[in-house]
Amino acid sequence: MLADKDRIFTNLYGHGDWGLEGARKRGGWNGTKEFLDQGRDWITNEVKASGLRGRGGAGFPTGLKWSFMPKVNDGRPHYLLVNADESEPGTCKDREILRHDPHHLIEGCLIACRAMDSNLAFIYVRGEFVRERERLERAVEEAYEAKLIGKDNIHGWDLDIIVHHGAGAYICGEETALMESLEGKKGQPRLKPPFPAGMGVYGNPTTVNNVESIAVVPEILRRSAGWFSSIGRPNNVGTKLLMVSGHVNKPATFEEALGESFKDIIEKHCGGIRGGWDNLLAVIPGGASCPVVRGEDMMDVIMDFDGLREKKSSFGTGGMIVMDKSTDIIKAIWRISAFFKHESCGQCTPCREGTGWMMRVMERMVEGRAQKREIDMLFEVTKQIEGHTICALGDAAAWPVQGLIRNFRDVIEQRIDQYTYSSTSDGAVPSIAAE
Amino acid sequence: MVARRLADESVQPAAFVFNNENATWADWKIGLYPTGRQQSAVIPLLMRAQEQDGWVSRASIEKVADMLGMAYIRVLEVATFYTQFQLQPVGTRAHVQVCGTTPCMLRGAERLIEVCKGKIHHEPHHLSADGTMSWEEVECAGACVNAPMVTIFKDTYEDLSEDRLVEIIDAFAAGNGHTIKAGTQIDRLNAAPEGGRVVLLEEATTYREKFVPPPAPPEATVAASPAAPAAPAAPASPAAPPAPTTAARPKDVTEESAPAIKGPSADAKVSEAKAEDERKAADTSAKADGEPNKAMRPEATGAESDAAKIDGGKAPGKNAASAPADGATATGAKKSRTIIAPKANPKEVNPIAEKGGDAPLFVTPEGTADDLKLISGVGPVLERRINALGITKWSQVAALTPEQIDLVEGSLNFKGRVARDNWLAQAEVLARGGEEEYTRVFGKKPR
Repeated sequence: MLADKDRIFTNLYGHGDWGLEGARKRGGWNGTKEFLDQGRDWITNEVKASGLRGRGGAGFPTGLKWSFMPKVNDGRPHYLLVNADESEPGTCKDREILRHDPHHLIEGCLIACRAMDSNLAFIYVRGEFVRERERLERAVEEAYEAKLIGKDNIHGWDLDIIVHHGAGAYICGEETALMESLEGKKGQPRLKPPFPAGMGVYGNPTTVNNVESIAVVPEILRRSAGWFSSIGRPNNVGTKLLMVSGHVNKPATFEEALGESFKDIIEKHCGGIRGGWDNLLAVIPGGASCPVVRGEDMMDVIMDFDGLREKKSSFGTGGMIVMDKSTDIIKAIWRISAFFKHESCGQCTPCREGTGWMMRVMERMVEGRAQKREIDMLFEVTKQIEGHTICALGDAAAWPVQGLIRNFRDVIEQRIDQYTYSSTSDGAVPSIAAE
Repeated sequence: MVARRLADESVQPAAFVFNNENATWADWKIGLYPTGRQQSAVIPLLMRAQEQDGWVSRASIEKVADMLGMAYIRVLEVATFYTQFQLQPVGTRAHVQVCGTTPCMLRGAERLIEVCKGKIHHEPHHLSADGTMSWEEVECAGACVNAPMVTIFKDTYEDLSEDRLVEIIDAFAAGNGHTIKAGTQIDRLNAAPEGGRVVLLEEATTYREKFVPPPAPPEATVAASPAAPAAPAAPASPAAPPAPTTAARPKDVTEESAPAIKGPSADAKVSEAKAEDERKAADTSAKADGEPNKAMRPEATGAESDAAKIDGGKAPGKNAASAPADGATATGAKKSRTIIAPKANPKEVNPIAEKGGDAPLFVTPEGTADDLKLISGVGPVLERRINALGITKWSQVAALTPEQIDLVEGSLNFKGRVARDNWLAQAEVLARGGEEEYTRVFGKKPR
């Protein structure tokens, strides 16, 4: 388990001063100029060497992403776009960074911008985070006033930060939709290629990173890449903000080393499962789009990218949704289907029509008002949606349903049997079912 | 997706104007974005209009469109696409947004919805009898560990019970919303576990220690000493710890050399956002980079001290061999962190030397070397390799014959690179007049 001295987000719960003074006391803005002076290649290589993988859900290596930016400036400005449009159900880590450790993010922006030759960073905060945005805006002002960023600042690298916000669209968490939205349009994803690193915001080279990925960078450079990569298992290194919601005794957000077991994490931070470990039914391990995993399979699971891949699920953002045996699992997944139906942007037919269709079938399955062959049909249809859309929302909508069918087919069938039995046993023909 | 339309004409106001404060704010906001990109401000402006009036009317949409020079339909699209915009009037004292998505549902959001139905209106998006309250169910509002929760205007009210929500609604309905403390409604500090935090109990320090791996096992040091008398001091001295960074560093991490990233086109076939593919890409790159994680962990960082001991015990020779090299690289912490350390990269293989020929392909001319990095497509590592072949001058590059190009590309392992990046023309111009001439001919500065 991670020691307090190895935690990056030292004001995660807002128990200290979030402002510049407080951030400095906790080690923020310490030695930043030294990092910048060593040049973009050094920064990028150090981040690569640290093994940092993107914290937004897909786990793409951050340093590698930065190196996609053009080496030679062809006259177009380069941009950093920080994705703070955190809307995946089960995920609420960026919120804590924005409101309690905003200077981590601002310092990270400065370093990341140096590494990709950029003088302008956008931070796109989701519309619902009003107070968080106000806090971040205030922190950016503080940084300007202290000449940490801005023109002719003390670090010798000009950087402007624009705090932008959305208005409640999950799809804007997808990087190209994020750019569309930032440009003042509907948040509908773009086709790739061209990739953002070649043609992003306003047609200029852009890198999109999650808040957490950027906010951990200063500390990685301060402590050295070797420190970060010494935590966790190979290919799954570092510390991570994890969130546990649902049926645990004490839901919480916390920073933990990757590679700890699910059981240890829940025991330490969340006071165990409601009603004891025998009462655990299922876990959605990384935000709503990850396939659900049965409780008994979660007992020995290692919480990192590879550990959950072995369980045919995904580590995602690290937002665990825990469900005990009082849960109607079909209904829980139906609600996720309803979420994706609501959030589909409507651009690609398989997703626009498919998400609604899945939700309606799931709605019947919650009651049991379905045929057993429809379970296979539903599975088939999820496969028709997955991989046939511009962005990954179609996949994200399909996976929870697939996970449900894979792991809880018995529950669905039982529900259908129950419905059929009730409809026949409770009327004029009670004997038919018995015969 | 949800089909959303503007409110009925009967409730639409005739005109909309920003009040003074908001108009000033709007000017400032529009000015933030790069010239010609003021359209970016459309969402912030609409949101401000909604804050002023409570909802987004046709008049406010048209007003914002006029301010930003946008077609009305484009702003209408935005207003109907983003669900946070209220397209019909909402309660004047409170519009209660209950999060109903799974994490909140598991902790009782359905009961909160029942409370709203009972106290405000049985249908969402409808005003209560006196027009002061309304409610709706929203999708995840991003406070999952504090579930269940509601949002009222700018503030969230978290960790709710039904009784507490009744109290909150009553307070707002009576116009006393400001008396309710926002945030969590139970004994809890933000997102920390209920009843007090279990971590972050220590005071954070201002100065962060650089990571110092545990010293190498003594056997290894002893074994190393006969071979390199200077070495024993190095591993023990705190001045030369950054073995981890050295070892952690992938063998050769320039963009040019990692096959996985020769260009985005390798990834182009699939959506970058798809987790599965990205994992594969990550794996490939890890391999290309010399498996940095595996390389860095057991031997060098000493993070798993057992492993290090075993390794040191079984194969002292291995450590002995690497110790002097590390010592040489790591004489100053700063120096060793510099990624471009031409001399001290023992792993870097000179392809020519490996093929048995010690002599470079070309005769290194006299005089100072030109900065080959000015040629677009040549990075520091490539420059070093080219120098190793005996090419140090722009004029040499410009004069390469096709056969020589083959040889150069063969030894650099970059087929077609010279032609693709047009090295010859670039080098010719550089040789003729240096940077100035380059800028004149190509219309941009060399890198």
